[in-house]
Amino acid sequence: MIPALGLLVGLAVGLFLHPAVPLALQPYLPIAVIAALDAVFGGVRAVLDGIFNDKVFVVSFLSNVVVAAFIVFLGDQLGVGSQLSTGVVVVLGIRIFSNVASIRRHLFRA
Amino acid sequence: MSQSNDPADGRPVAGGRSPWQRLLRMARPRATKANAFAALLAILLGFAVATQVHQNQVVGLESLRQSELVTILDNATLLSSRLDQNARELQTTRDALVSGSTGDAAALKAAQQRLDTLGVLAGTARAHGPGIQMTIGDPRAKVTPPLLLDAIEELRDAGAEAIQVGDVRVVASSFFDQSGSGIAIDGIKLTQPYAILAIGDAQTMSSAMEIPGGLSENVRQLGASITVTQRSDVTVGALHALRAPRYARPVPSPAPAATP
Repeated sequence: MIPALGLLVGLAVGLFLHPAVPLALQPYLPIAVIAALDAVFGGVRAVLDGIFNDKVFVVSFLSNVVVAAFIVFLGDQLGVGSQLSTGVVVVLGIRIFSNVASIRRHLFRA
Repeated sequence: MSQSNDPADGRPVAGGRSPWQRLLRMARPRATKANAFAALLAILLGFAVATQVHQNQVVGLESLRQSELVTILDNATLLSSRLDQNARELQTTRDALVSGSTGDAAALKAAQQRLDTLGVLAGTARAHGPGIQMTIGDPRAKVTPPLLLDAIEELRDAGAEAIQVGDVRVVASSFFDQSGSGIAIDGIKLTQPYAILAIGDAQTMSSAMEIPGGLSENVRQLGASITVTQRSDVTVGALHALRAPRYARPVPSPAPAATP
């Protein structure tokens, strides 16, 4: 409940403040957001699986974000930044879909 | 949600509660450090999502990668060169049209000038300009057609360009005739006094009328009166009706364009 409220608060703050993304962070923010969403859905699935652990969630969230950003950074350095970004988004998207499918099976038995 | 012991995916459900209950239990506010951390992360996530969405809406060129920028630049250069080419073609067309229309206008102007000149010469156009007005009063009808013709010839010699006697325009084909006791030009009887309008150099023409042994002296010797007035603007308003020649045909002049 509190994290959900926190999500709303963060959305509101971002919408009202219109912060400018620093130039250095611009390629990484969208990937980081996707990675964080993956972590969130993974956490919800873990709750439903009964294996949720606060510490695991926090660590996976942070590591997801950092690793995704690092992969994109590495891709940029190697000259394949846009392709690697696409790859990361595809992988994370697949994971999000499978997590959501698992959550759906738990909640709706379908 | 009561049959929680046989989940659809066949796995045993830990704790024996339904997934909804487990979700609710997790959602219950708990004052643990991990929960606070999760809330913080959620705030960050929401903030990042909103920021990124906003950033994406106002996205400019600065967020693009080098290769994308190069592609955009290439496209812009290509489009620009194509538009340049278009502009050049249109410019050429426009120049052609403009010069063509000015050529047409020049030709039209020349033709109009020629028409005016011929109209004045042939007596089909009204004319005005500096000239003289001459009035011959001849109560005893002593002035003869040859005398009047002499007067016209004198005026032409003095440079008259358009001449009108009474209401008759004097042109190349005009003829002078005796009509009863008076004079007729082109078969039209003139009424006394004879009013002669001539356009040309007023000073020269009036001098030509007044020279010793000239028209004025002859007219006065016949007992008629003559007045010559110089005018800065004389209007020769009488028109000569053209008739198509019945016999004369123009000899075709060799066209300069036909010769190689």
